[in-house]
Amino acid sequence: MRETPLSNCERQFLVQAIAEKKRLDGRQTYDYRNIKITFGTDYGCCIVDLGKTRVLAQISCELVAPKMNRPTEGILFFNLELSQMASPAFEPGRQSELVVKLNRLVERCLRNSKCIDTESLCVVSGEKVWQIRVDLHLLNHDGNIMDAASIAAITALCHFRRPDVSIQGEDVTVYTPEERDPVPLSIHHMPICVSFSFFQQGTYLLVDPSEREERVMDGLLVIAMNKHREICTIQSSGGIMLLKDQVLRCSKIASVKVTEISELIQKALENDKKVRKEGGKFGFAESMPNQRITAYKMEVAPVDTDDIGKKAEDLISNTEPPSEIIPSPVVRAPGTGQIGEGLQNSWGLDENEDGEEAEDQTMEEELQTMDVKVKSVNKEDPIVLSDSEEEDVVVLEPKIMKKEVKVQASSTAASKKKKKKKPAH
Amino acid sequence: MCSRSLNPRVISRAIFSPFLSSKALVATVVPIRIQPVRGARSKCLHDRAVLNCQYSMATFSTAERKRRPHGDRKSSEMTLHLKQTFEAAILTQLYPRSQIDIYVQILQADGGNYSSCVNAATLAVVDAGIPLRDYVCACSAGFLEDTPLVDLSHVEESSGGTQLSLALLPKAEHLALVEMDARLHQDHLEGLMDAATRACKDLHAVLDRVVREHLQEVSTQLGE
Repeated sequence: MRETPLSNCERQFLVQAIAEKKRLDGRQTYDYRNIKITFGTDYGCCIVDLGKTRVLAQISCELVAPKMNRPTEGILFFNLELSQMASPAFEPGRQSELVVKLNRLVERCLRNSKCIDTESLCVVSGEKVWQIRVDLHLLNHDGNIMDAASIAAITALCHFRRPDVSIQGEDVTVYTPEERDPVPLSIHHMPICVSFSFFQQGTYLLVDPSEREERVMDGLLVIAMNKHREICTIQSSGGIMLLKDQVLRCSKIASVKVTEISELIQKALENDKKVRKEGGKFGFAESMPNQRITAYKMEVAPVDTDDIGKKAEDLISNTEPPSEIIPSPVVRAPGTGQIGEGLQNSWGLDENEDGEEAEDQTMEEELQTMDVKVKSVNKEDPIVLSDSEEEDVVVLEPKIMKKEVKVQASSTAASKKKKKKKPAH
Repeated sequence: MCSRSLNPRVISRAIFSPFLSSKALVATVVPIRIQPVRGARSKCLHDRAVLNCQYSMATFSTAERKRRPHGDRKSSEMTLHLKQTFEAAILTQLYPRSQIDIYVQILQADGGNYSSCVNAATLAVVDAGIPLRDYVCACSAGFLEDTPLVDLSHVEESSGGTQLSLALLPKAEHLALVEMDARLHQDHLEGLMDAATRACKDLHAVLDRVVREHLQEVSTQLGE
C-alpha cells in the first residue's frame, strides 16, 4: 500500500508550529520521548519503545570459520528489517532505500566503532570463531527508527550471554548453558545514535523527530556517540546544507542525550540482572500490564495553569469586536454574475418547489431561504459538504458567507440562477 | 589530472584523479532528458527533476577482484549519498517532470572513493550545462596519531582510524554531506572538519581552473 500523502494543510501546520517552537506531542525541541526497555526470557532478546516506535533486537551466535584475511577475529553480522506490521507503507520488496540506509548506519555505528572486542570471539585461530548475529525488527514505526534500533542493538548485545568454551590442547569443548553459565560479550563502549531533524533549510532543529515531523523535515543528521564523548558515526542525509557550527552544536547536544540514555540502559540491565538472580519472573510476559487490553497509555503530562485566568482575560480584552458587516456597494448589472459567489445552493429550492422556474421566485423569498440556509449551516459544526456535485462548496469562514449572502440579496441573483440552471437542464 | 571531453549530444564525461596518488579514476556520464519520464510515471515529480544516480566499481578497481560491482549494500549506500549530495547542489526546480542521470564508475580505487565520485560528477554536471548552486568539492580527512590528515589513501583508511568525508559548496561553506566513521573524541571534531574544509577549498581552486581552461580551449576551437 502506498504511503498516504501528507496534506498541504497538515504540512503547513507542522512547519508553522515548529517555527513557533511547538511540537505536536508537547515536547521541547531537545526532548526525547519516553524510552522503555524490556528483556525477554532468553539472554540477548530485548524490545525498546521510543514513544510508539518499537524495535525488537535478538542476538544469536554460532561457531563458524573466520574470514580469510582476519583469522583471529570473530564475525559480526547485522540485519535490520522493516516488518510489515510497522507501517502500512512497508511492503515486501519495497522500501529498499530506507532499509539500506538504516542497515548501513547500524553497521557503521556498531562495527566500525569497534564497540565489541572481536578478538575475544576467537576460539581456534584460523578455524573456529564465534559469529554474532544481530537481528533487528521494527515492530512499529512512529519516527526515529535509527535511535531506537541502536539502543535496542547495544542493549541486547550487553544482555547477551554466549556459551562458555574451553580449549585443552587440541580439544575444544563448548559447554551448554546447563553445564556452565554462559559468558557475556566483552563490550568496550556503548555507541548510541541521536537523530536531529532540520526544517526550513536548517533554521530549526528538532531532536527525536516523530513520524509526522519526519515527513515534513528537510534533512536528518545522525550522530552516534558513547558516554565518553567519543563520536562514533556522523551521517547527514536528505540533501540539506549544513554549516560547520550546526554540526558542532548537534554533537554537543548529542553528548548530553547519550549520557542520559546510557544511564537508562545501565539501570534496565541491572534491574533485569537483579530479577533473574532473585529468581523472580522475567521476560516479556511480565512486562505487559495485566488485566488490560489497551496497549498504549498516555503519560500524565503536567499543564501549567498558573496564570491561565489572566491570560484568558488578556486575550478577551485584546481581541477586537467583530467588524461591522458592510455590504459592498457593487451593484450588479442585470444579466451579470460571478463564478464563486453564491455560496448557498439555491438549486435545492427547486426540488422543494417542484421545479419552479427562477423568474417565479421573488427576491424576498430568495433572501429568506438563503438566510435560513446560512443559519443552519452556521449552527452545524463541523460544516458538512453534501455529495451533490451541483451544490457549491461552503467556505469555512461564516463572516464572509454572511457578506456574500447580503451581496446576493441586493443584486440580480435571480438572473444568475437562470444562468446556473441552464447547463443543468 | 582532470580531463574532460565534449560530445555533440548533451552527454558529458569527466575523469578525475586526486593529487596525492592516482587513487581513483572516475568517469561520469550525465544525460538530461527534458522529455517526460516514461514508464516510471510514479517517480516523476511535478515541480522538480528526479535525480537518478548509480555507482559501480569496476571489477579490476581494487587489489582483489571485486565479485559484485554493484548492488551490494556499500554501493547502494554510496549511490544514496551521491544522490543526496547532488540533489542539494543542482537546481532541480528548473527542470520539472524530467530526470537527470549520473552514472559513476570507479576505475581504480585507492581510498577516497566518495570524494573522487563527487568531484568528477561536479565537473560532468558543469560540462553538461546543468545549473549548479556552486561547485561541489569533496575530500576525505582522517585523524591518526593526533594529527588531522587529508585525502586518505586506501592503506590509511583500512588502518582503522577515523575517517571523515565532506562534500562542500565552497563559497558559502555549506556542507552537502558529512559522513564520519570510527571513533573520534568530540574535541577533535572541529579541527578535523577545518582541515577537510581547507582541502575542499583548494580543490575548488583546481576545479575552477580546469573548467576555465577547458572552456577557453573549446571556445577557441569553435571560433575557428
